[in-house]
Amino acid sequence: MRLKFDKKVLEKESQVTPEEIFWNRRRFINNFALAGTAGLITGFPGMVQSQSNVIVGEELRDELSSEFVITHHNNFYEFSTDKKKPSEMAKSFKPGNDWQVKIEGEVNKPGTYTLEDILKHMQVEERIYRLRCVEAWSMVVPWNGFQLSQLLDWVQPTSKAKFVEFKTLHDPKIFPGQKRGIFGSHTLPWPYSEGLTIQEANNPLALLATGVYGKSLPGQNGAPLRLVVPWKYGFKSIKSIVSIRFTETQPECTWNKRLPNEYGFYANVNPEVDHPRWSQATERRITDNSFFGVKRIPTLMFNGYGEQVAHLYKNLDLKRYY
Amino acid sequence: MRSVFWFKVFAHAFSWLPITWLVYAGFSGGLGGDPQTKLMHELGWWGLVFLLLSLSITPLRRLSGVYLLIKFRRMLGLYSFFYLCVHILTYFAFYLEFRWSELGKEIIERPYITLGFLAWLLMIPLAITSTKSFQRRLGRKWAALHKLVYTIAALGLVHYIWQSKSDLNEPLIYVAWGILLMLLRVKKWRRFLFWRQDPSHLEQLKKGS
Repeated sequence: MRLKFDKKVLEKESQVTPEEIFWNRRRFINNFALAGTAGLITGFPGMVQSQSNVIVGEELRDELSSEFVITHHNNFYEFSTDKKKPSEMAKSFKPGNDWQVKIEGEVNKPGTYTLEDILKHMQVEERIYRLRCVEAWSMVVPWNGFQLSQLLDWVQPTSKAKFVEFKTLHDPKIFPGQKRGIFGSHTLPWPYSEGLTIQEANNPLALLATGVYGKSLPGQNGAPLRLVVPWKYGFKSIKSIVSIRFTETQPECTWNKRLPNEYGFYANVNPEVDHPRWSQATERRITDNSFFGVKRIPTLMFNGYGEQVAHLYKNLDLKRYY
Repeated sequence: MRSVFWFKVFAHAFSWLPITWLVYAGFSGGLGGDPQTKLMHELGWWGLVFLLLSLSITPLRRLSGVYLLIKFRRMLGLYSFFYLCVHILTYFAFYLEFRWSELGKEIIERPYITLGFLAWLLMIPLAITSTKSFQRRLGRKWAALHKLVYTIAALGLVHYIWQSKSDLNEPLIYVAWGILLMLLRVKKWRRFLFWRQDPSHLEQLKKGS
């Protein structure tokens, strides 16, 4: 039933990669990732593929970002709008397998499940994905998690389910960023919510992550369960999920509600549609935290995952539905 | 006068602290996952803070009666200009990788960059004419020219708010600070505060009577 998927594209591995291999990131990428992604992004203008399967001039494109930058450069407004602070503030936020997730709405098996219940039915694997933030920076992240479609197969959305809505935990005691600021305003309308169409949720690329770099997710990365939709801007990949609701109508999404002219429901990575305040044609790829660990590279349509997802948007005007 | 000298030494040392720390932190991994962006934002923030500090000198000396504070007004303004120069330089170097054509494009296409850049341009004549000799040479015109600093501050604040994504809590602190400073320029608002006359002005009054 599940779509057959190119093994190379997903960078699947039967086991979680041991840390020693991560240590030599460049070698690791040469062995596993580049070979696959080279095939993925052929056809992109200006990209030359050499005989050895290494993309000329694009060595950095798919080099893994260091564990430090992945865990110390986080947009997690529930903690702070600062990108470094979540790593400090999340130290005591260590949810375990008793974390509860509500499955609600148009679904045959609604209920409150613990993460442990869910994981019993899921197959966790490792996937290396590019992450492109709407702020025009990006990383390459080795996630551990399970395909969202597996969860859908298990909980069985009804035929009425056209969308999936996700919600982050709302608890200002854990997340001080959810409190009012000094002028009485909230940084965002809480709780954070995001949504996908049911077709997007069923796409094999959509992942529910439980770990990164072979370890369970740190608090600042959205412990213990977060969404990863690599062809969309990062804000779609909602963190610390407590509710998954299947709906007939398009759910409200936090950023879309806050600034509808800047953040759309679809939020597909698209170098041709600029953010009203900045260009999306290029991105600053963050590789490590050294002062020159950042390189500007061109942004790819659907973040380079067009082959897997472009068909979802065949009849959609992507300029209008950004 | 001796004490002013040491205060000045202290003020200079204080003014160099942020950039020294930022450069050190940048190279020792203390600026987080994206040190270039962090450096750029911090420099811009300090530029704004130095500008507001400089603008606070006049009302502060009136309120406190410590008239020697005037000795620090120009210095703080020039440090603001310095931090903003480096702020723009980091943007040009790290975001645009020294591509002039893109600098032009960004300035035209991105309104918040347009405003920020305009504010910096307007600061150039103020920095050049900040010397004592220019002050003397320009006389009344000098004071009129340097009123531009309020426009610059307003542009800087709008630039700061516009680039922030959603959280206005912090930018609003500086907006409140800026608005207070501008209100203090309006005579009828000053009456609500404990406001002292400049001593030189008082002496003139005495002579006149």
